[in-house]
Amino acid sequence: MAETRIFERPRALYDVATHYCPGCMHGTVHRIIAEVIDELGIQERTFGVAPVGCSVFVYNYIDTDMCEAAHGRAPAVATGIKRVRPDMIGFTYQGDGDLASIGTAEIIHAANRGERISVIFINNAIYGMTGGQMAPTTLLDQKTTTSPRGRDPKAHGYPMRMCEMLATLAAPGYIARVTVAEPKYITKAKQAIKKAFQVQIDDRGFSMVEVLSTCPTNWGMRPVDAKKWLIENMIPYYPLGEFKQPEE
Amino acid sequence: MSDRVLMKGNEALAEAAVQAGCRHFFGYPITPQNELPEYMSRRLPEVGGVYLQAESEVAAINMLMGAGATGERIMTSSSSPGISLMSEGISYIAGAEVPCVLINMVRGGPGLGGILPGQADYLQATKGGGHGDYHLLVLAPSTLQEGLDLTMLAFDLAEKYRNPVMVLADGFMGQMMEAVEFRKPEPMDLPDKREWAIGYMKERGGRSLVESVHLDPDELDEHNEKLQAKYRRMRDEEIRVETYRLDDAELVVAAFGTTARIARSSVDTLREQGVKVGLVRPITVYPFPYETFETLPESVKAILTVEMNCGQMIEDVKLGVGHDIPVSFFGHSGGHPPQVEEITEKLTELARERGCA
Ligand SMILES: Cc1ncc(C[n+]2csc(CCOP(=O)(O)OP(=O)(O)O)c2C)c(N)n1
Ligand code: SF4
Repeated sequence: MAETRIFERPRALYDVATHYCPGCMHGTVHRIIAEVIDELGIQERTFGVAPVGCSVFVYNYIDTDMCEAAHGRAPAVATGIKRVRPDMIGFTYQGDGDLASIGTAEIIHAANRGERISVIFINNAIYGMTGGQMAPTTLLDQKTTTSPRGRDPKAHGYPMRMCEMLATLAAPGYIARVTVAEPKYITKAKQAIKKAFQVQIDDRGFSMVEVLSTCPTNWGMRPVDAKKWLIENMIPYYPLGEFKQPEE
Repeated sequence: MSDRVLMKGNEALAEAAVQAGCRHFFGYPITPQNELPEYMSRRLPEVGGVYLQAESEVAAINMLMGAGATGERIMTSSSSPGISLMSEGISYIAGAEVPCVLINMVRGGPGLGGILPGQADYLQATKGGGHGDYHLLVLAPSTLQEGLDLTMLAFDLAEKYRNPVMVLADGFMGQMMEAVEFRKPEPMDLPDKREWAIGYMKERGGRSLVESVHLDPDELDEHNEKLQAKYRRMRDEEIRVETYRLDDAELVVAAFGTTARIARSSVDTLREQGVKVGLVRPITVYPFPYETFETLPESVKAILTVEMNCGQMIEDVKLGVGHDIPVSFFGHSGGHPPQVEEITEKLTELARERGCA
């Protein structure tokens, strides 16, 4: 009987085990990106910019041209590549420490220039790689290694909503927030990431998809509890949805 | 007919870059080099290139990292405080072996310092600046013409070594006007960028990875040893130095860049008075021409380094000559170049002290 394959590893994804902790969602997002690259047929003309953070080795998993960036500078590095090679499709992959803290200027200005790149922004409300310090996205009262009594707005300010901020700018074409915490969300996340790439392919400006994600290790939770915590605590503060659409 | 044109330094260096094939420029304004990016913003679109004003020097150098990762000819320019901000990116660029050209029109420091010319970034340029074991190839022109020639050469060297190359000039060179001629350097055998650069996945049949992270200590050692081998090769092949009236010299002035040009006049003045003075002018300040200092003529009794800073190159000169010849320093920091008369006076004093003929 002839075999029909209905599910397989995307071509743009290397056949290797990832280094992420159990229950971490970086791997899921990698897979989505690889599927989107395959479906759009752009593998050979795509470049990715790898971040500083747990996903520093994203290039070990996604098979496209890749360039590393210093902490937070991925939008600038991607700008450089894209300005020289406007025929290529570029994405950055950035954590919340990377994008919303050290690299705030770079992301705002790349968005404001309408740089033709797609930013995948992983918001896990904490610094993963360095061991669980407070991020700009850490929720109020959330305990981290550098906010041991919980995030206090008087001392630390409020969690930053990057999508909402960037959506006030004129140049971005597409800005959305999704999560991959459950299968029903994953479908939407993939649609958003695909749209972000499509907006770039259609030359309609900067695009960013924020993905609410877990860090069970540094949240000190079992993966299942982490997922629950995300849904119950992060989604109310970081509403899912599309904040900016390309103009018709 | 001569092809000489009268141009302002900053603009002439920009035009040299364009003629060397640079099509992409990323920068951020800072005095005294603003005419350079301004020129690029007019000129690059004419030749199908891109000028982009970044939001900061931090962003500019990282744009350079990305642009350079495509293997194309790219450049930025800045001045001292701006270069400090770029240091992070320069370290990553050196670590990832991305070719690019940086022009530093040095001003006086530290801190905001002044906007007038200086040479106080010598140590930053030659000994690091950013973190880690890396070196830039650093070229220090002393005339505008040499500035053009070295800027053009810098693009070839950057590609040859896959390394950032800095043209270490100063605000004088940026602001002065001189008659110059654009002439291409001798063609060089250069590696094929398609072997490593981003953007050739289809032709190459495999992707490109431009990175500088090596968590495994053996891998880190191996990578650093590879970089060091490259720096050794630069020392073997790229040292450039000018010596002037050195053969029978009893006194030697060591100076680079604009200061060397001034010191040269002192050498001539003193020679007319019968004092035997010569000049050593490092053109590459990294790699430094130690050997020229190691092999000075027997006649040399003392060395005076003259700089527009508080004495930064003196350590390299001392390293070169060892303990046999005394080395002293004379200089002023930013905006106040050592005058011919001052240098002449210092050398006359030295001649008296050392009992020169
Ligand atoms: C200039 C600089 N400062 C600090 C660090 C250390 N560092 C490495 S990863 C990281 C935090 C990353 O957090 P995030 O971007 O949220 O990514 P995650 O690890 O959570 O995926 C920091 C501060 C660095 N590599 N470079
Ligand atoms: S530390 Fe957190 S973000 Fe990093 S891999 Fe582990 S779970 Fe994921």
